[in-house]
Amino acid sequence: MGKTISEKILSRASGKDVYAGDIIIADVDSAMAHDGTALLAIEAFEEMKGSGLFNPNSISLVLDHVAPSSNETFSKVHKRIREFAFNYRANFYEVGSGVCHQIMIETGQVKPGELIVGADSHTCTYGALGAFATGIGSTDMAAVFMSGKLWFKVPGTMEVRIDGSLPKMVTPKDVILKVVGEIGADGATYQAIEFKGSTVKEMSVEGRLTLCNMAVEMGAKTGIIEPDEKTIKYLEDMNVDVDPQGILKSDPDAKYTAKLQFDMSDLEPQVACPHSVDNVKPISKVEGTPINQAFLGSCTNGRIEDLRLAAKILDGRKVKRGVRMIVIPISRRIYLQALKEGLIETFIDAGCVVCNPGCGPCVGAHQGILAPGEVCVSTSNRNFKGRMGCMDAEIYLASPATVAASAIEGEITDPRRLKVDE
Amino acid sequence: MSKLIEGRAWKFGDDVNTDLIIPGKYKLSITDLDELSKHAMEGIDPEFTVKFRKGDIIVAGKNFGCGSSREQAPLVLKHVGVSAIIAKSFARIFYRNAINLGLPVIECVDAERIEHGDMLRIDLEGGLIKNLEKNEEYRFKPFPEEIWVILFSGGLVSYVKKYGKLPW
Repeated sequence: MGKTISEKILSRASGKDVYAGDIIIADVDSAMAHDGTALLAIEAFEEMKGSGLFNPNSISLVLDHVAPSSNETFSKVHKRIREFAFNYRANFYEVGSGVCHQIMIETGQVKPGELIVGADSHTCTYGALGAFATGIGSTDMAAVFMSGKLWFKVPGTMEVRIDGSLPKMVTPKDVILKVVGEIGADGATYQAIEFKGSTVKEMSVEGRLTLCNMAVEMGAKTGIIEPDEKTIKYLEDMNVDVDPQGILKSDPDAKYTAKLQFDMSDLEPQVACPHSVDNVKPISKVEGTPINQAFLGSCTNGRIEDLRLAAKILDGRKVKRGVRMIVIPISRRIYLQALKEGLIETFIDAGCVVCNPGCGPCVGAHQGILAPGEVCVSTSNRNFKGRMGCMDAEIYLASPATVAASAIEGEITDPRRLKVDE
Repeated sequence: MSKLIEGRAWKFGDDVNTDLIIPGKYKLSITDLDELSKHAMEGIDPEFTVKFRKGDIIVAGKNFGCGSSREQAPLVLKHVGVSAIIAKSFARIFYRNAINLGLPVIECVDAERIEHGDMLRIDLEGGLIKNLEKNEEYRFKPFPEEIWVILFSGGLVSYVKKYGKLPW
C-alpha cells in the first residue's frame, strides 16, 4: 500500500512499516525548547533523575519569548535555562538570536525527511522543508532529552491543493488565512495537512514556511510540503547540506483522509478577526476598522520577503499619528540582511519601532502589550482574547502588506489601495 | 490515581484555548504554581478558582485546549483540583500534556448532554460516565494500553519514579 510523506518519515524513524493510526516509538532527529517551555522540561528531567542528554547536539534551547527579559522572575528562568544548556552541552541560543523556529532552520537542525519535535505548537512550521515536525509539551520534551525517543500516533493526512497565481499584494499569509477560515480551528485535528498544487510549487520557501506555520491553527499535527529544488537551494544558501535520502514524496496510491481544493487566483487580502483564527473575512468586510498598533514579525511573517514587502509600502510614507508600528526581524541573520538592504532605515524613517529578533508582542509578555479597548493588526498567528496581554483588546491577523498599509492609514486598509513603485 | 472519579460538572463551550486557560502574560511572569493557578480559566471566568471545588470536573465542547503547547495549561487545572476533563474533542498537544501530568482527559460525544452542576461519576477503566442528576449513561472509548499506563501511574514523571525508567 502506498504511503504519504508523513508515513514514510515515521516509518523510517520507528524502523517499522507504519500507517495512519499506528502507535509507534520513534527516534527523534532534533528537538527544541524555548524560554516559555524549557523550565518545566528541565524540572521534569530532574524529577525523573535524568543524568544527561541522549544526544546534546540534537537538543536546542532558545531564549526568544521574553527576550531580553522584562522581569526578575523571568530573568531567573533564563538563568536556569542557560546553566542547564551549558552543563549538558546542548545547543544554546542567547537573547537576540531570534525566534526559535527560524534558528532551528538556519542552524541546520531541520532537514528534509527528519522527525523533529519542539516544545512549541508552531514547530509544525518545519514541514515546509519536507520534515515531519510537531509540537509537544514540556514533560514529553524531558523524555526526549533523556531518551531521544517519543511515542507518536501516525496521523492521517489531509491533502490541501492550492492552485492559481496569486494577485498582486496577495501573499502566502492571505492564502493560509483563507484555508484556516474554510477548514476551521479544529477541522484538521490529529491530522497532517499536506499542501500541494501550483500555488505552492510557485511559492518561495519563505512563503511555504508561512503556510505550514499555521497548520496548528486548524488543529493539525503538522503541515508538510514535498521538498523540491527550491527547498534544497534555500537550505544550501544557509550552508545546510541536504541528504538526498531525505527527499521524500507521497506515493500516488497513498491514502488521504480528505482532499480539498482551492483556487486562489481571485483571492483578495484576508483578515482573521477577533477572537479566533478561523474567523476569517475578506478585507473588504473589515476595511476602515481603526487601529492603535501594527505588528510586523513573528514565526509566521518575520522573514526577509515579509520585511521587503512591508518596506516597499512604507517607503516614503509615515505611520499615522496615534498608531505605533512594531517591526521585529525573525532572526539575527534576517536583521542583518534587512540592514544591508536598507529596509531597517525605511522602517525607522516611516516612524516604526524596530525591536531585536524574538517573539515580540505575539505572546503578550512584552514589547507592545495592548491597553483595554485597543486594536492591533498583526502578522502573527493567534488573535485569542488576551493574547497580547490585555483581555479587553482586539487583534486582527493579516499579511505584511495589509499591516503596513493599515499602519499608514490608521485603519485596516487594503494594501492594493496604496500606490507602490515596482 | 483513582479509576473512579466523582464530581460536579463545570460547563464550558467550544474552542477553549490555552490563552483562556492560562494567559501568556502570567505564564511568562509567574513561576510559582500556587500563584499561577489563581489565574486558571481567568479568560472565561475571573471567579473560577474562587468558586471551583477540588474534585470537580470540567465539561466542554470541541477542541478543548487548542493553541499553545504550554503545559502550564493542564498543570494549573490539575493544581486547582480538576479531577477530569470531558470534552467532545481535544487539541492534540493539550491532550498529550494532560496524560503526561496524570490528568484524565475523556473524549465523549455526549459531553453536550451534561449541564453545569450535574453530578457525574466516571469509570475510567470501563469507559463509562454516569450522570447522577439526569440518570443517564454515556460511553467513551477506554484508553489504549500505552496511554493508560502513563495516566494510571499519575503521569510520566510518576511512571518513571515508580518503574525507574521511561515506558519505552
